[in-house]
Amino acid sequence: MSQTATATLQTAQTSTARGIPIQVRQVTKTFSTRGREVEALQTIDLDIQAGEFVCLLGPSGCGKSTLLNIIAGLDMPSSGEVIANGQPVKGTGTDRVLLFQEAALFPWLDVEHNVEFGLRQMGMPAVERAKVAQRYIDLVHLTGFEQSYVHQLSGGMRQRAAIARALAIDPAALLMDEPFGALDAMTRDLLHHELEQIWLQTSKTILFVTHNVREAIALGDRVLIFSPRPGRIVRDIRIDLGRPRQLEDHALVDLASEMVAVLRQEQGG
Amino acid sequence: MQLTQSKREEYNTPSSSTSQPSPGPSSLANRINLSTWLRRIVFYLVLLGLWEGLARSGIWPSYLFPGPFDVLQSLIRGFQKGTFVTGILVSLKCLAIGYLISLSIGLVLGLLIGRIKAVADTVGSLVLGLQALPSVCWLPLAILWFGLNERAIIFVVVLGALFSITLGVEAGVKNTPPLYLRAARNLGARGFALYSQVILPAALPAILTGLKQGWTFAWRSLMAGELLYFSLSLGNLLQTGRDLNDASQVMAVMIVIIVVGVTIDQSLFAPFERRVRERWGLNQ
Repeated sequence: MSQTATATLQTAQTSTARGIPIQVRQVTKTFSTRGREVEALQTIDLDIQAGEFVCLLGPSGCGKSTLLNIIAGLDMPSSGEVIANGQPVKGTGTDRVLLFQEAALFPWLDVEHNVEFGLRQMGMPAVERAKVAQRYIDLVHLTGFEQSYVHQLSGGMRQRAAIARALAIDPAALLMDEPFGALDAMTRDLLHHELEQIWLQTSKTILFVTHNVREAIALGDRVLIFSPRPGRIVRDIRIDLGRPRQLEDHALVDLASEMVAVLRQEQGG
Repeated sequence: MQLTQSKREEYNTPSSSTSQPSPGPSSLANRINLSTWLRRIVFYLVLLGLWEGLARSGIWPSYLFPGPFDVLQSLIRGFQKGTFVTGILVSLKCLAIGYLISLSIGLVLGLLIGRIKAVADTVGSLVLGLQALPSVCWLPLAILWFGLNERAIIFVVVLGALFSITLGVEAGVKNTPPLYLRAARNLGARGFALYSQVILPAALPAILTGLKQGWTFAWRSLMAGELLYFSLSLGNLLQTGRDLNDASQVMAVMIVIIVVGVTIDQSLFAPFERRVRERWGLNQ
């Protein structure tokens, strides 16, 4: 049995938090910079099922990251509200963990202690912490790099460490903000595959922000297409392709070119 | 799964520019170090020779300009009598007390200025102003307040280090990438944990710069203060040397002061700074 298979099997056993439903109700966001009001999000309404894998697709600066930050509780909406698992979101919560584009690992901690960070906040004893951290480090294939510091890791390894850090606290929803955007194509494909496996095993709710059409189709059950600023959802497309998905799959490629056409139309109009 | 072990390893290659130094370059570094040391030794030997030559030339009387051998004798005598050892201990005690006080105040003050805008606007500007005042200028006031004793000197040492440490902490805290704070809050860090586990460690490189500068100022303030106040300290040994018209003792004490300063710098601050720079990946 390969290492991946064993590792994913372990997650299935240790990960207890299943996905949660998330509702976005009439959310708008307006930033004011130097006295000027900039509308980032224009009334978003959204229903996400528990355990759904939803991709938010749109051009840069369309407000999709803003929406993700609002769902994470890191930013507050100008109006409207987000309801996670029946509860209105008032701030950050460990049931919803955001993964940043820049990994956001702490450079003063090695990989192991980065992964342990959230567990430490929960007050978990050190011995148990180390055990849990090791499990997730193995899961993302960073075994042997526990004592490495951030600057010693490549971009792909940093994102994996960040994924392990997020998964370690066993959130019900993963909010991913273009986490693979800065990676080379090969590493990205590999991480797509790993993420798909993790999702299949844990059935967490995943919201994945991207501006890459093929990435969105390869990963999502649903793809939400955003218009350029001010952001609003212009299409909600269900992706009925089998899993695991391959980027080279004809159906996927066809769907991608359709979606590119939709995006062009939106940007043009 | 589809991936073979070897393929996976390919993805797990750490960024090449930051990998451990290979034996090649490090032995090269050793050689450079060796020639640096050789150059240094030759330089100091030449310097000593010039000094001895000048002392023997008879331009100045030997009680005003003693040669290296006279100074060496004074050094040996000072350590044999124990006055130099006492001097070092007395001075270091003052330094340690003063420095620890400024460290504790500076950390809190720097955090407050760095995190709370109202404090930055008020106390922050005051600290910046006071930083411009050489701390020896506090000595007259300190003597009026505390009398001419150790407490006055410690007061001057505290003020010497305090503002550098405060400004270092403040700079570090202000420059903490907001991303770290967001990530930490997102992972459940709240209140004190945010400070102790995120803000302070993120600020450590800048704090360290402040600590180092603070120590330099503290050491200078201490010596200036000790010159004026009769005790068994190093600064006072300089003063007694002058009173006794003993230039070789003055020079010997100066050498002791230099050596103590360099030792503290090299044994306390340099290794700490190196570790932090390495860990934070600031050496590239």
